[in-house]
Amino acid sequence: MNPSFSPLGDQAIVIELGNEINEQTEQLVKKVSALLESRKPAWMVEFIPAFTTVTVFYDPCIATYDNVRTELTELLTHLGEDRAVESRTVEIPVCYGGEFGPDLELVAQHNGLTPREVIDIHTSGDYSVNMIGFAPGFPFLRGMSERIAAPRRDSPRLRIPERTVGIAGMQTGVYPIETPGGWQLIGRTPLRLFLPENSIPSLLRAGDKVIFKEISEDDYCAWEEHPDVENP
Amino acid sequence: MLKILKSGLQTTVQDLGRTGFQKYGVIASGAMDPFAHRLANLLVGNNEQAATLEITLVGPAIQFTEDALIAVCGGDLSPKVDGSTVRTWQTLAVRKGNTLTFGEPRVGARCYLAIAGGINVQKVMDSRSTYLRAGIGGFQGRALEKGDELPVGQASLQQKVLQHSEKGFDWLLPPARYFEEPVIRMMPGRQFDLFDEASKARIFQEAFAVSPNSDRMGYRLEGPCLALETPAELISEAVAFGSVQVPGDGNPIVLLADRQTTGGYPKIGQVASVDLPLISQLKQGQQLRFKKISMADAQQRWIEQEQSIRQIKAAIQLKWEEWT
Repeated sequence: MNPSFSPLGDQAIVIELGNEINEQTEQLVKKVSALLESRKPAWMVEFIPAFTTVTVFYDPCIATYDNVRTELTELLTHLGEDRAVESRTVEIPVCYGGEFGPDLELVAQHNGLTPREVIDIHTSGDYSVNMIGFAPGFPFLRGMSERIAAPRRDSPRLRIPERTVGIAGMQTGVYPIETPGGWQLIGRTPLRLFLPENSIPSLLRAGDKVIFKEISEDDYCAWEEHPDVENP
Repeated sequence: MLKILKSGLQTTVQDLGRTGFQKYGVIASGAMDPFAHRLANLLVGNNEQAATLEITLVGPAIQFTEDALIAVCGGDLSPKVDGSTVRTWQTLAVRKGNTLTFGEPRVGARCYLAIAGGINVQKVMDSRSTYLRAGIGGFQGRALEKGDELPVGQASLQQKVLQHSEKGFDWLLPPARYFEEPVIRMMPGRQFDLFDEASKARIFQEAFAVSPNSDRMGYRLEGPCLALETPAELISEAVAFGSVQVPGDGNPIVLLADRQTTGGYPKIGQVASVDLPLISQLKQGQQLRFKKISMADAQQRWIEQEQSIRQIKAAIQLKWEEWT
């Protein structure tokens, strides 16, 4: 691996670890993040991992860009040394269709499928979290079948309730907080993805495996009434 | 305690932002004009991180339930205590029952009210900043409303002596210079070279106006249309306070305090950190121009600013010792 560096303004440096989204780059991003997390250089303020980059914010009063670049280059030579981070599997229960998934029918029609088939395909995929971004705890997921792909809505909805599961193009995801958005909505999970009271406020992390599991409306309601039991 | 008698346009609790949680998609938030926020805190003997109220264009009416030491820094929104005009960038002693009001926004768009002891709302993810969209942090996760009562932290002994003092405060900081039509220093952005020749020239030559569709998340600018040499799909990556991104419609957006953590639009520039307050203090319709600065230069200006803040801090400390 030959990472390249470039500035993002006067207080951040971007480490580029690849130029396309793939599993290998994703692993590198994860490893670099883990390394930064464990070494915590004195000049580091925080870092943001993305698909192919890790951006490190630093305090220029402690280290200038050149110092930071030199130290990061050195640091990255230790990349293989830290143990590989285990990946977790998180199951996300979803109540599909109805009031929770008003666009399920539309996604089915668009692909010449029945709503039942859309649910079966959505729940049978092996997903992994590329990165967290866009909204707190929002996972960009890789691995959705193109058989249920559907274009974004022409005019975005002004309010999408939190915990709604949607599809946009080849992507599927879950809205952690209420937000406007153009995704096609197929269901909702009782699981909270954004946990502001926790030291790690996101249920999901980059690299996690995700499984969607269908639940009934009754299960959904029962879960919502007793969130503490099920929510880790 | 601070009693809110009138809310103002958008008054929120802010500090220097939520650091360390952007990797979970949690936006930074924090003061739009961090320089004014920090100096307001220093003037009342707080640390720079203490929470202040960010007051926007139309100010609130705030009653103090105890004697207090306050400072208002940033834009001049015509602050008054019990009807008498008071100065910005100065330590002020207010009495129990006094009311702080605001009038015409004369200079700038927002100001910061610091109070000795700081606004003592619960920290969420290590910060007291209000994150409006998620409804967390600050006071109940929202902008202030009439009837709200904000807790104030414990003032230090020195702060207490001063707030009961009858002596006036006869000195003030030189106000930050906010300009009617500022020239903002900007570094070329990560995707600068993807823009066509005309755009690369025009961004540093022509004037842009702040669109009405601007808020704490970002300022949308109107001016010459900017375009890429050839259309490109970019892979989302981190953005920063002051990133200037250009969506498909060709109008740049300067990302500010409530920006998302990542973005996929090409970034034509990155505003020098020292000039961020100049942008944050612009009102809708005002114009700005960009001037090129190198990263090394921008970093040097920042280091100089931090040195001068340390000097101001030391000078204020000396004054305090004189008084108490």
